[in-house]
Amino acid sequence: MKTDDLISMLATGAGAISAPSATRRYTAAIAWGAAGAALLMITILQVRHDLAQAALLPMFWVKVGFVASLASGSLFAALRLSRPGAKLDWVPVAIAGPVFGMWAIAAFTFFDADPLERSKLFFGETWKTCPLLIAMLSAPVFVTVLRVMKELAPTRLRLAGFAAGLLSGAVAAVVYCLHCPELGAPFVGFWYLLGMLIPASIGAFFGESFLRW
Amino acid sequence: MQRTNREAGFRAKEDRLKDQLVRGLAGDNVAYQVFLTELSAHLRAFLRKRLVRLPDEVEDLVQESLLAVHNQRHTYDPDQPLSAWVQAIARYKLVDLLRRRAAHEMLNDPLDEEMDIFSTADADAAEARRDLNKLLAGLPDQQRLPIVHTKLEGLSVTEAATLTGMSESAVKVGVHRGLKALAAKIRGVQ
Repeated sequence: MKTDDLISMLATGAGAISAPSATRRYTAAIAWGAAGAALLMITILQVRHDLAQAALLPMFWVKVGFVASLASGSLFAALRLSRPGAKLDWVPVAIAGPVFGMWAIAAFTFFDADPLERSKLFFGETWKTCPLLIAMLSAPVFVTVLRVMKELAPTRLRLAGFAAGLLSGAVAAVVYCLHCPELGAPFVGFWYLLGMLIPASIGAFFGESFLRW
Repeated sequence: MQRTNREAGFRAKEDRLKDQLVRGLAGDNVAYQVFLTELSAHLRAFLRKRLVRLPDEVEDLVQESLLAVHNQRHTYDPDQPLSAWVQAIARYKLVDLLRRRAAHEMLNDPLDEEMDIFSTADADAAEARRDLNKLLAGLPDQQRLPIVHTKLEGLSVTEAATLTGMSESAVKVGVHRGLKALAAKIRGVQ
């Protein structure tokens, strides 16, 4: 086929574009994925029994705020990385901002605490399982978000895979907050982040094969 | 002075192409065809400069990039410079091609490359080596027929639906999926 023939084939009957916007696609993907993660959490882990009391503590909302802002930061990154040639200048800020904010709170709590309490603040009761459970809960969001991303046009596949993984990890962490008994800022700043970085690394590592279009 | 003139020229061209694309995205197929035609000339120049040692690949890659621009045109944001969007797609397809070739060469006898010398002639350079018609023929009917009827024979979606016995939405979906499958076949997937 000659290039001119291809062009006329592509243009013939092309019509107005009616595809949903990238934001709407991601919103739907996150909603479905989060529902999947919630279902997994309820069946395998259960909601923490004292959730109503925990919700009265400021630290609970600091924790939720951290993962939710990281989720919106990585959604911003995913949106930018799904569009060829889009500028990435605010992407590092959107991702690093919540992390540094959390670390500042964690450092303050850590050094403010009695030295004997510090190891408890950092390890809590559940450090062994927390990162793995967050990674497990991220699976449904990871799948739906990658599918959306592949339908768009990421051109930097490793970075895009990283953003998709981080987004799924952060959404999973929001869901995990409803189960997790930990309230130590140093715990959240390290083990939660580690859990979210598991899908992010998988995304970065396999981005080139997952997302090729 | 000369430099500012050139910059003004780029900007004028960018604005004109962008206007054509935006009109195309809104449903003006004539403007869209003009856009693709002008774009193909720019893509050819861009890729030829970067594929000096692989002149035979240029036209194939022009076609692959055009198909990518078409399939992914919903990702264009009119607030964004068109040149940045197009260039990112072309560069992505270029890198993909080079990666594909590198993988291919690792698996194949390097002697092949030497024999290629005789098949390279200047007259071929303007022709695409890969025949999209053949790839098109390999698509399943529910994708191939909608493309053939609406995009090659120029029938309307309604006419194509009556002719094939498919629903109108199935025809539209078939075109969309078929062009995506065509791009996948070019990449060597499936």
